[in-house]
Amino acid sequence: MTAMLRLERVSKSFVMHLQDGKVLPVVSGVSLEVAAGECVVLGGPSGAGKSSILKMIYGNYRCDSGRILVRDRDETVDVASAEPRRIVRLRRTTLGYVSQFLRAIPRVSALDLVVAAARDQGVAADEAEARARGLLGQLNVPERLWSLPPATFSGGEQQRVNIARGFVGDHAVLLLDEPTASLDARNRAAVVDLIQTKKRRGVALIGIFHDEDVRDRVADRIVDVTAFAAAAAA
Amino acid sequence: MTAAAYNFAYLDEQTKRMIRRAILKAIAIPGYQVPFASREMPMPYGWGTGGVQVTASILGRDDVLKVIDQGSDDTTNAVSIRKFFQKTAGVATTTATAEATVIQTRHRIPETPLQAGQVLVYQVPIPEPLRFLEPRETETRKMHALAEYGLMHVKLYEDIARHGHIATTYAYPVMVAGRYLMDPSPTPKFDNPKMHRSAALQLFGAGREKRIYAVPPHTEVVSLDFEDHPFEVNRFEQPCALCGAEGVYLDEVVLDDRGGRMFVCSDTDHCETRQAAGHRGTMASPIAAGEGGRRAD
Amino acid sequence: MPTDEAPLLMARGVTKLYGHRIGCQDVTFDLHAGEVLAVVGESGSGKSTLLSVLSTRAEPSAGRIEYRMRDGVARDLFRLNEAERRLLLRTDWGFVHQDPREGLRMGISAGGNVGERLMAVGERHYGRIRETAIDWLGRVEIDESRIDDTPRAYSGGMRQRLQIARNLVTAPRLVFMDEPTGGLDVSVQARLLDLLRGLVADLGLAAIVVTHDLAVARLLSHRIMVMRHGRVIETGLTDQVLDDPREPYTQLLVASVLT
Repeated sequence: MTAMLRLERVSKSFVMHLQDGKVLPVVSGVSLEVAAGECVVLGGPSGAGKSSILKMIYGNYRCDSGRILVRDRDETVDVASAEPRRIVRLRRTTLGYVSQFLRAIPRVSALDLVVAAARDQGVAADEAEARARGLLGQLNVPERLWSLPPATFSGGEQQRVNIARGFVGDHAVLLLDEPTASLDARNRAAVVDLIQTKKRRGVALIGIFHDEDVRDRVADRIVDVTAFAAAAAA
Repeated sequence: MTAAAYNFAYLDEQTKRMIRRAILKAIAIPGYQVPFASREMPMPYGWGTGGVQVTASILGRDDVLKVIDQGSDDTTNAVSIRKFFQKTAGVATTTATAEATVIQTRHRIPETPLQAGQVLVYQVPIPEPLRFLEPRETETRKMHALAEYGLMHVKLYEDIARHGHIATTYAYPVMVAGRYLMDPSPTPKFDNPKMHRSAALQLFGAGREKRIYAVPPHTEVVSLDFEDHPFEVNRFEQPCALCGAEGVYLDEVVLDDRGGRMFVCSDTDHCETRQAAGHRGTMASPIAAGEGGRRAD
Repeated sequence: MPTDEAPLLMARGVTKLYGHRIGCQDVTFDLHAGEVLAVVGESGSGKSTLLSVLSTRAEPSAGRIEYRMRDGVARDLFRLNEAERRLLLRTDWGFVHQDPREGLRMGISAGGNVGERLMAVGERHYGRIRETAIDWLGRVEIDESRIDDTPRAYSGGMRQRLQIARNLVTAPRLVFMDEPTGGLDVSVQARLLDLLRGLVADLGLAAIVVTHDLAVARLLSHRIMVMRHGRVIETGLTDQVLDDPREPYTQLLVASVLT
């Protein structure tokens, strides 16, 4: 397959056992492909299952049926059926996830958080630090904050630290879960630049962007998720 | 009741046989603590009931017995044990190390090197060297069984960490025949090297704890240490004030309440023998020569 | 299959019965080098029983547990002789107790506590033992100046960190942890978890962490096993099980915590 990422007839529903086993259908029959250097944007109203699709690709949600194939160097991994430790490895080598929410770790500085994300992928220490500094600068995180743990940062600052974490590595497939939500115009533009750079380097990106301006500037294709709407159970 | 009413050496023959079996086993497994059915003795625990039972079990009518407490033949404990065997076994007793065939001791090993055929019997209060580090007997037995002795070094580590050197000066742990960790009883570590390859048989009896162990003649006895903190015996700065002996274990004797003191041989027999041979220390009185020199005070 | 793909620990049908009462039943899983597995469940779920059996503190009533020794050969843990088993316990394994008093020698200095395993495997150079102890105290953020204090003079958090250092000094490949943050204040827990997370990642340790605290599982583990009534009812990638729980009981468990 030339695609870096391919979903084949993926379906997902939630069974809510605490609510008498109520079945909550999410999506059904999702099939799509993302090639290297391409940015695919998931479209559709909120609640259509965009975020769930990203979470299934990342292995964070299970899927009921179908396959989620990710090219991991010379291998192809089916996230839907892979062993947990294979997914852990896939996330380290190939599959990145950028959300707007930072899971802050106590006592670790913003810079170290970003460096660690690169180091996890095997980037050399010097190189990781250089990249981290470059990204934090590009995302307008004031330098005086770099040595502080982000727990006390504003929401926007935390979000940008997290974006830096997501972009600092060499993941070949990046999942973008509304990374620009609530950013100002200047920072939105910075994120758009980062995405363009990744595309030029052949990274396959798939994401959710509510901001139409950003979406239009990064998207090669828009896949309307409403097409995969699952039939609601009674 | 007269002395004649006792069996020879107080214990009945069945008990002696039981203890001898324990002793034989102990000799066969150097350093290993053999349990035995310790008997009530007509003296309190802590007064050497283990050593007394061992001595009683090995004593023959021809034996010559010497008993020392610290290094001395004339302290209460030594005198009473000597009298005990005089009364119950009628054996000859002596204070001269060279003349004794069986020597029972509480702390010291005589300065005069022991010879083949002699037996040194130690009174042991606590036979288990790991006791203070690991209170569970089930666990310490397992540690002996598997020769897991790292914990003993933890004790020595603690010494160095606290005092800058290994501060354990008595009951200093040894490895016997490269296999069993052994507590040499309250013996000063000064005497540890005398255990190593001694020509005499060394037997250890712990009455309260019901254990017997042994070091057969010519057995390796190595004091534990660290590569960078090797085992060392304490050195005394001056010779014995009475007999002038050097390289022996000295006791401090306070002479008055103005700080006057002297250092003299802890081994009284050794000291007296030397004085009888004409050796003099700095504080020896000219008339104190000969028999009973130190007791003439 | 290449050797590094062979599991470190293999549990097959592990069952422990106490008379008619079930401790744990039919537990099967593989643990690979560098993998952190959280075993979660309420008290009485069998997670602690499972930990005792896996760490050879209790014998299973049925089932088999194999461990790949340092020489690469997988051995049945309950066919090891006592000497081999104990050697494993103090070299290639660690065990972090909830109550550090169970895992430390309270009357021995911090340095002695850390050095014990080294001495147990034959280290006989005081200077080197001390140097290693100082290095490890540093790694668990205990000031060097406290090396000669006994753990009695330490706070709960420090004791727990000391217990961790004492376990890791021989570079074990597998560490068992029983509610490692259990008895600690919330603020102290966060610091300890952070430290543990870092050490586990840096050293590439495999770990089996028993906890009732899903936050601990989320932060430390790659994979999770949910236990109930002695059985494993759900297992998978940690964030998957916690974010998309499938079993009714797991959904209840996840729903009952504030996140």
